[in-house]
Amino acid sequence: MYTVKNYVLAGSLEQAAELRQKSKNNVIIGGNLWLKMGHRTIQNAIDLSRLELNQIEEEENGFRIGCMVTLRDLETHRGLANYFGDIFQEAVRHIVGVQFRNEATVGGSIFPRFGFSDVLTVFLACGSEVELYRGGRVALADFINMPLDNDILTHMYVPKEGRKICYESFRQTETDFPVLTCAVIKKQDGFETVLGARPKQALLVSEVSLSCPEKREERERYARQVAEKAEFGSNMRGSAQYRAALAKVLIQRGLERLMEEATCR
Amino acid sequence: MQIELYINEKKVQAEIRPNMMLLEFLRSRGIRSVKQGCDTGSCGLCTVWVDEKPVLSCGMPAARVQGRHVTTLEGVQEEAEEFSRFLAQEGADQCGYCSPGLIMNVLALKRELPHPTAEQVKEYLAGNLCRCTGYQSQYRALEKYFELEGGN
Repeated sequence: MYTVKNYVLAGSLEQAAELRQKSKNNVIIGGNLWLKMGHRTIQNAIDLSRLELNQIEEEENGFRIGCMVTLRDLETHRGLANYFGDIFQEAVRHIVGVQFRNEATVGGSIFPRFGFSDVLTVFLACGSEVELYRGGRVALADFINMPLDNDILTHMYVPKEGRKICYESFRQTETDFPVLTCAVIKKQDGFETVLGARPKQALLVSEVSLSCPEKREERERYARQVAEKAEFGSNMRGSAQYRAALAKVLIQRGLERLMEEATCR
Repeated sequence: MQIELYINEKKVQAEIRPNMMLLEFLRSRGIRSVKQGCDTGSCGLCTVWVDEKPVLSCGMPAARVQGRHVTTLEGVQEEAEEFSRFLAQEGADQCGYCSPGLIMNVLALKRELPHPTAEQVKEYLAGNLCRCTGYQSQYRALEKYFELEGGN
């Protein structure tokens, strides 16, 4: 378990940012569940829970989601479900249990860009942006390739762009980390796919075209070419080869569901 | 550092260490229903409610509950006893190790979804591990419990 020398309930983002900049040992506490499992020594644990960053605000063109919103909030929010169907629910409902999801936060799931993250996959699929205290708004697709720094992620912004998205994941056992996550996206101008838990960071593949998704052989070709664009790795949950095979299946499943216009938005 | 909070609706002021988790803090106050099972956020045994929501006290910094309302099994004793008697009568209790966390989460479920489907029960309780693997008997009893509670 980690060691915390001093715990600060930040009174403002300015205070949190100033403290964060002073030392790499001054750390933002998100849900705390993953962080506390480490062995680092934290000089100042910076808690953002008193800054009203636990709100999901629905605006005309999108949703602004505070970094302290919990995964359970994402799962049960009616506005998100009305617009995006079941994708947020589907992306988080296998993560441990309700109690865990009442603590794990959006900011804590996105900022560290974990290789196992369901949350990163679904936000990337929505074309989201991150709002950084100093860095302003940055496309999540760019943010995932930026180095970890001492800025603070304050909000996620999820635009209402009319995307239709199907979310699929595969686990060896319920509540475990996923072996692979997959979101297939239908936009006005074509299809995109996000593959996460490869077990590297989620990857957006947008350069493979699919003009006749109603044809099975075309869907197979699309799935194969997308999977070929992604680099997979091996860990105790599965080999790279296994993940590549799974990816093709999940992508085709997603495409089929999009064609049926089932529960996905 | 000093914190002030409500434990089972009683106002409490206390001195805590900065890296103290809520689990350790509650046990230091003599609240022994809260138990440490895995300490990795996986088993659900340490479940308490913070502002009515079930959370894992092993991962919740004690400093974060400043000003909040914490409810433990001791705070819902009558209801918990009634439910555990029901579990025992249904033969759904085995060694009882997971019971404190399970009961807190079942009572939270009852407040959030008074008439859950079998699927919703299963999903809500997925984070409560039973070392006897007695899930089937628990689900069977819970189905009956919610039928009786819902009167349907």
